[in-house]
Amino acid sequence: MNVTSASPAVDLRAVGAPEAGAVARPLSRLSDADLGTLLMIRHFELAVLELFSQGRLHGTTHTCLGQEYIPVALYPLLDDGDYVFSNHRGHGHYLARFHDPHGLLAEIMGRAGAVCHGVGGSQHIYRDRYLSTGVQGQSLPVAVGVGLHLKQAEPGRIAVVHIGDGTWGEGAVYEALNMAQLWQAPVLVVVEHNGIAQSTPTERQMSGTVAARAAAFGVGHLRIDSVDVTDVRAALAPVVEQVRDRHRPYVVECVTHRVGPHSKGDDTRAAEVRERAARHDWYRRYRQDHPAQFAAADQAQAQAVAAVVREVGARPASRWEAR
Amino acid sequence: MTRRQRVAENLNSALHHLLGAHPGTYLIGEDVADPYGGAFKVTRGLSDRFPDRVLSSPLSEGGIAGVGAGLALAGNRSVVEMMFSDFAALAFDPLLNFAAKSVSMYGRRVPMSMVVRCPTGGNRGYGPTHSQSLQKHFLGIPSLHLREVSPFHDNQRVLTAMLDREEPGVLFEDKVLYTRAMYQEGVVDDLFRYEALADPSETARVFAPDCGPPDWIVLAPGGLTERAVTALRSLLLEEEITCELLVPSQLYPFDSKALLPVLSRADRICVLEDSTADGTWGELLAQQLHEQLWSRLARPVLPLSAEPSIVPTAAHLEHDVLLQPSTIHRAIMEATK
Repeated sequence: MNVTSASPAVDLRAVGAPEAGAVARPLSRLSDADLGTLLMIRHFELAVLELFSQGRLHGTTHTCLGQEYIPVALYPLLDDGDYVFSNHRGHGHYLARFHDPHGLLAEIMGRAGAVCHGVGGSQHIYRDRYLSTGVQGQSLPVAVGVGLHLKQAEPGRIAVVHIGDGTWGEGAVYEALNMAQLWQAPVLVVVEHNGIAQSTPTERQMSGTVAARAAAFGVGHLRIDSVDVTDVRAALAPVVEQVRDRHRPYVVECVTHRVGPHSKGDDTRAAEVRERAARHDWYRRYRQDHPAQFAAADQAQAQAVAAVVREVGARPASRWEAR
Repeated sequence: MTRRQRVAENLNSALHHLLGAHPGTYLIGEDVADPYGGAFKVTRGLSDRFPDRVLSSPLSEGGIAGVGAGLALAGNRSVVEMMFSDFAALAFDPLLNFAAKSVSMYGRRVPMSMVVRCPTGGNRGYGPTHSQSLQKHFLGIPSLHLREVSPFHDNQRVLTAMLDREEPGVLFEDKVLYTRAMYQEGVVDDLFRYEALADPSETARVFAPDCGPPDWIVLAPGGLTERAVTALRSLLLEEEITCELLVPSQLYPFDSKALLPVLSRADRICVLEDSTADGTWGELLAQQLHEQLWSRLARPVLPLSAEPSIVPTAAHLEHDVLLQPSTIHRAIMEATK
């Protein structure tokens, strides 16, 4: 694990080894609950891709294969009063927050019981204080507005925004960071930096760094290069507390790896690039490091998701009544 | 008799009321804080009274529209000021793709109490990027309603209605109108009187008493009131053509059915607007009115808009591009023959 911080507000920590070593170091053993959530998301995403390949899904989707550990690490640090803003790659965020594969799959399939009645689909979901939208960067200014509300009406609560490295191409991100820092809004920006924006590698779409961008606004920044839920959660905990207590924005940059395609079968990366991502996959590593715990949990989640697919797939079409 | 309240003062007192009456209301815009009080002084005195809820923002029109939407999402009310409506182009994404869409795209109704205020229009010499009338670009968006300030409509009532609707709205405010007086007690001038109709668009009807059924009904948004009344006067006095003027507060959605009893009193209808022609509010109204009144109309609805041009800066050039009383007079006179 490699955690570095550009912020004077959080202690500088450098834990673990740089990238090559990060793969070699065994992953810590997780609680059955955390492992179960990770595997639920993994099997859910695999099921979504399979349903697409069978022609049973309409439209498009973006799976979070390889990035499941980020919401799993973060969300136990949040409570129900915190807002979460998700993006196009949001199935893992939703499932980690609500543990509701039925509602999400029904939404994606347009079946009864869909969390948004099938109107929003894969990337437009609103439930309680969780909201996803499909336009890159758009939710950051919205989160600043929500942050202003929370600071005034519910101090101690925060707004979390998930974005990717590609999102930094959008001007809305910079306008929002500026206002969040000016007005001290409790907004935690979680960058899932998977090194690729759809098909364009980061080095061809982003000059400079995320750290320098945050520094330019005087916003704290923490870079986490680990897929170990325990380490990531430990690194996030003091940041979340700081956003809560001091009402100020923070950028956490999770170095991660997109194991699957951007959308459906549209992965044009070279084989060696995909293999590098696969080597960082928590799934492969956890199976190797904790084979007995993994095997039982993996089988249980595979079966559970298969049952969800069968059950939801047999439901009638959703109805949009509250237009 | 006390001095009549100017339109900018009426807007200002409406905002004072809104922020005072609803503690969850925020106002965000560029240079809105005191002592400056906004480029057109509409927000004067607000930040002194409500320092935590009146935020002078960076130059980030898209950003502040998003912040206003976030506040609305969290249950607050927000008023977001574009310094010039031209800059609302920068706020189109948060308005179109977030604020308006969120009302319905999550499968259930999500209340969004938010108004974007847009100082609009020309005749002040601000040039091509500070003088446009962009109403037509915001038409036809589900859950986005449009209103326009007029000297007939009290803005406390207008803004309250917009926020009570729980859907985002855009309020267009003609910049020339800011310095003009609000009409009161049914009087426009020595010739014309006005009354409030009970239709959903809250239309004001301007008429010359004792003239009987008019030759023309002229529909115009609030910003064209003064120019329209000037044309109505010269048409009446010089040509003996009688016109009534209808000025709706709400431009979109627009329910012309509710106005049919009034519209049916003339067999000629003219629609005025300051936007460039094609794909406009006037065309939308014309289409509705043709459907409903075709057999009773002496001629198709006469649409009058600005020239198909940018708005130039020099006074004489700007004058020629925008709709003027003389243009309205001439067009109606010719279409009466």
